[in-house]
Amino acid sequence: MQQEVVLAMLAKEPSQGSQLRARLDQALGPLGEAMNDGQIYVTLRRLEKAGLITREGAGASADRPDRKVYVLTAAGEERVAEWLSEVSWPKPDLAEFHLKLIAAAAAGLADPIGIVDMQRRELLRRLRDVQRAQMAEPDDSDAALLLEGIVLRLQADLRWLEACERNWIDRRVER
Amino acid sequence: MNKPDREILCARGLRKEYGSGEGLVRAVDQVDLEVARGETLAVMGPSGCGKSTLLHLLGGLDRPTAGELWLNDRRIDQFSERALAQLRRHEVGFVFQAYHLMDELTAVENVELPALLSGRKPRAARRRANELLEQIGLADRAMHLPSELSGGQRQRVAIARALANEPEVVLADEPTGNLDSAATLEVLRLFEVLHAAGLTLVIVTHDERIAATADRLISMRDGAFVDETRLTGGTSGNLADLAGLGS
Repeated sequence: MQQEVVLAMLAKEPSQGSQLRARLDQALGPLGEAMNDGQIYVTLRRLEKAGLITREGAGASADRPDRKVYVLTAAGEERVAEWLSEVSWPKPDLAEFHLKLIAAAAAGLADPIGIVDMQRRELLRRLRDVQRAQMAEPDDSDAALLLEGIVLRLQADLRWLEACERNWIDRRVER
Repeated sequence: MNKPDREILCARGLRKEYGSGEGLVRAVDQVDLEVARGETLAVMGPSGCGKSTLLHLLGGLDRPTAGELWLNDRRIDQFSERALAQLRRHEVGFVFQAYHLMDELTAVENVELPALLSGRKPRAARRRANELLEQIGLADRAMHLPSELSGGQRQRVAIARALANEPEVVLADEPTGNLDSAATLEVLRLFEVLHAAGLTLVIVTHDERIAATADRLISMRDGAFVDETRLTGGTSGNLADLAGLGS
């Protein structure tokens, strides 16, 4: 799990660890079961050390870390904004992108559809480059087969972006 | 409203409605569009978003309910039926998903047909058709019937036919919709060649592969444009990284 995911989930409002966990569970459904609470707390500690979040909290004590409320620092906010506009491909981190849209919408930091558009632009540019390389290959080329694999992966990702776009447009209409 | 000067194709407030009252559907809703000479433009969107209707309006196959449409500095939305037919024959080439070739005519006969219909001498029409088949790499298939050609070859013949009368602009509706990956690549290659030769091309599609080859990409939804992307230039990943060979 990217630590930025945890960071972005805090952008909506200062939260306790258990609230963060609930938000991730809601976003990931059955896929969230693979995460354990320990991972989240380790990530929180790391983020705190990096100066991206701080703890506030009445009633917090060493044996009940859950009572603490975690808050983004200015540096944390900056990092979240950066992360929202990053395009990471081919690292096939679907969950990260999914959570990016959810965190952006929940915190009102960015329009999820804008994030989808940005990602699509980047993937289409890559698709264009791969296709150019593919078209330049002779018919019996071995490399053409590898390039075809990249094309198919990019196509699959672009179709998922289309599904994301549809879904977020529908949510916007319902609201 | 000012008429465009550099653009070959221009729409202002273009609208197409079907039905009335409760059942009124705005298939195309207030679309503004400018297509530069030599540009390849892709319009993408889910089925039912109005992209095919838009293409029919641009090519004079259908009339807008409202708005202005300019082709090559002439306003065409007010044209008579006769003038529109003339326009479709000489200034616009169409390419369809299902090729729409005549089954009983050979490849070269299909390609020369528009030239014959517009009154060219048979010998000149045949010469032009053979040149086009040469250009698309199918000279050796000139005497074949469509049924003897692969899907990619049929679509290339259909593209050659669209070029028979040297149109100002070619409009393509899902040109790779029926094609497998290898045949799609054949068509993409041909479009690249035509683009390099200066042809203006407007393609509506939901095929990302075609969209990626365009100079500009417009996303359409519910009859309106929702996003526009210029794909030329810009950053791109390293191919080796994409293949998993990056350091």
